[in-house]
Amino acid sequence: MSTAAPAVEKVEKERASAFLNLSRVMIVAFVRDRMALFFVLLMPLIFLVMFGVLFKGATSPHVKVAQFGPVQVLDDIQGPGRADLDKVLTITKVPDEATGLEKVRKGTLDALIETGPDGQPVLHFSASDQVKAGAVQAVLNSVVQQANQDATHQPAKYTLTTASVEDNSLKPIQFLTPGLLGWAIATGAIFGASLTLVNWRKKRVLRRLRLAPVSVAAVVGSRVAVSLLVALTQTAIFLAVATTPAFGLKLTGNWWLVVPLVLCATLAFMSIGLVTGAFAKTEEAANGINQLIILPMSFLSGSFFPLDNSPGWLQSLSKVFPLHYLVTAAQSVLSRGGGVMDALPAMGGLLAFAAVMTLIALRLFNWDDA
Amino acid sequence: MTTAISAEGIRKRYGDVQAVDGVSLTVETGEFYGLLGPNGAGKTTTLEILEGIREPDEGRVELLGMAPWPRNKALLPRIGVQFQASAFFDKLTARETIRTFASFYGVGPKRADAMLERVGLTDSAGILTDKMSGGQAQRLSIACALAHDPELVFLDEPTTGLDPQARRNLWDLLKDINAEGRTVVLTTHYLDEAEILCDRVSVMDHGKVLRTGAPAALVRDLDDTVRVSVESGQLGAEAARELFTAAGAEIANLEDNGVSLSVSTRAPGPILTVLADQGALRGLEVRGATLEDVFLHLTGREYRA
Ligand SMILES: Nc1ncnc2c1ncn2[C@@H]1O[C@H](COP(=O)(O)OP(=O)(O)OP(=O)(O)O)[C@@H](O)[C@H]1O
Ligand SMILES: [Mg+2]
Repeated sequence: MSTAAPAVEKVEKERASAFLNLSRVMIVAFVRDRMALFFVLLMPLIFLVMFGVLFKGATSPHVKVAQFGPVQVLDDIQGPGRADLDKVLTITKVPDEATGLEKVRKGTLDALIETGPDGQPVLHFSASDQVKAGAVQAVLNSVVQQANQDATHQPAKYTLTTASVEDNSLKPIQFLTPGLLGWAIATGAIFGASLTLVNWRKKRVLRRLRLAPVSVAAVVGSRVAVSLLVALTQTAIFLAVATTPAFGLKLTGNWWLVVPLVLCATLAFMSIGLVTGAFAKTEEAANGINQLIILPMSFLSGSFFPLDNSPGWLQSLSKVFPLHYLVTAAQSVLSRGGGVMDALPAMGGLLAFAAVMTLIALRLFNWDDA
Repeated sequence: MTTAISAEGIRKRYGDVQAVDGVSLTVETGEFYGLLGPNGAGKTTTLEILEGIREPDEGRVELLGMAPWPRNKALLPRIGVQFQASAFFDKLTARETIRTFASFYGVGPKRADAMLERVGLTDSAGILTDKMSGGQAQRLSIACALAHDPELVFLDEPTTGLDPQARRNLWDLLKDINAEGRTVVLTTHYLDEAEILCDRVSVMDHGKVLRTGAPAALVRDLDDTVRVSVESGQLGAEAARELFTAAGAEIANLEDNGVSLSVSTRAPGPILTVLADQGALRGLEVRGATLEDVFLHLTGREYRA
């Protein structure tokens, strides 16, 4: 119909415009879909707030100690020393020993200190929360040591100068941010890819696109571009919220590495969605299958709580999930000072996973319902 | 005249169903061609094979001189397709939908909007496609098929679900499109539509083409059968048959569908006499053969739209 040269130009233009127009269509559909917006953008934030509140008390280094009767080593500390002590210990006086011990047993208080029959301080604590038990012993030990030193009026032979290193135990926000962010990105990308595929096939949009001079690259590329954009939006919102004083996440030097990590992980998750979308005939079926994958994957990848204390086989199992690598690597680069070498292997693994799953999805792919 | 479509011996089987069973057809450039047949005749499957979205088990198809299967991107901008069921993106309005589809062909929003106007959807342009009525959706899919000015247009039951006014408007539109030199292939259940629009029709059943020709020629071939019908309940079907035969009438077909008693015959005289004698003339209608009778004759089945 038209001469050769303008035809080539026209094809190029069509390709670019198909990509942009398809991307726009998907963004518009996403923004107009209240449910999708809620699940992908808002719900993870609600979880962040909920879990943040839930975990706040649990691993706080601050311990609450009940004091029954006079305890000289504590009572002697006054002035600036007292203020320092108050930073790590809250001391409440209790009127009788039994109530105090009951509170320790129930966990409302972490320990009870009193003076024993021989005039020595005695510490009761519950072994159920080991972190607290350890903290309370350490603090009181040092208090007693200090008192001993003061009593002998000898300058200490050795004094330990403490220098703070990275705290090895995770603060809740440090694992919640990468964990919940990873879960949110997995949800967005898996659902995005799989529901688009199912919906477009079911509503015959795929076969309509097949009849239009649109390249497969434009169709796939636009979906990938939109999913990456959604994932970056999720990341930006998450980090913005987590670093507010209320949540108090401190980003370390190489935190920006989370961006390429998130992009690689999004590709990996989308490839899962492509496979489930190729299987599922209806959106409902796709929803079910996706949740069946996302929930166990999130729990086993440490999205909601760290797996440090879980059995070894569980930790090994978690290594089959792409989310595990995103969560672990993001944890490292976001707030634990991790660098490029912490992120690169994870990124490589995620991309390899994406490649394998995409090949499987291509084999299962169907333009039509029939 | 050059050939727009030629198909030879195409077959397609789905499990136990032989959906298309050796269809051959030729459509000339600029022709208005109709595929006619009852539900499940294989019209849609045939169309899909011609369009190139289904691979035939057997047979050869050429569209504008090219093979439509496998996907042929040189061919795609030159054909326009409307599916039997609409194919729209979720959560887009009518205007956004047609503009998006048009953009795939490098057609700008102005032309897309003009097409919307042409199918009478300008006032509904802001409605989300999943909120549109059946007829509105139907018109939108036709507009989407035509927005890029294709030379060859495939329409699968384009007027199903339209009200009489919209149907007539669409007929005008399709006639105009054809008059501009475009080749149009449509399937339909409406025989009047085929008679009014099509240059040639193929009557299909059980995956086979039973007869092809101009509607008028097909009707003429029926030897001028006349169809006489009266309101049901005035005369029993069996009683009527006996009376008509006794009066010497040759009956091609007699049927009482509960609404009307109809008789097809070549000589209506004796039948009208009998009906008059019996005082059974309420709702009397006499008309010449139509495609409906051709259909009945060829498929052995009463036609029901
Ligand atoms: N994808 C499919 N899978 C299995 N069987 C199919 C499929 N598509 C069509 N059929 C069967 O093939 C036969 C022909 O169907 P087709 O849709 O071509 O008929 P049609 O003439 O378009 O009917 P209608 O007038 O109802 O649209 C039917 O028996 C149908 O059940
Ligand atoms: Mg059909």
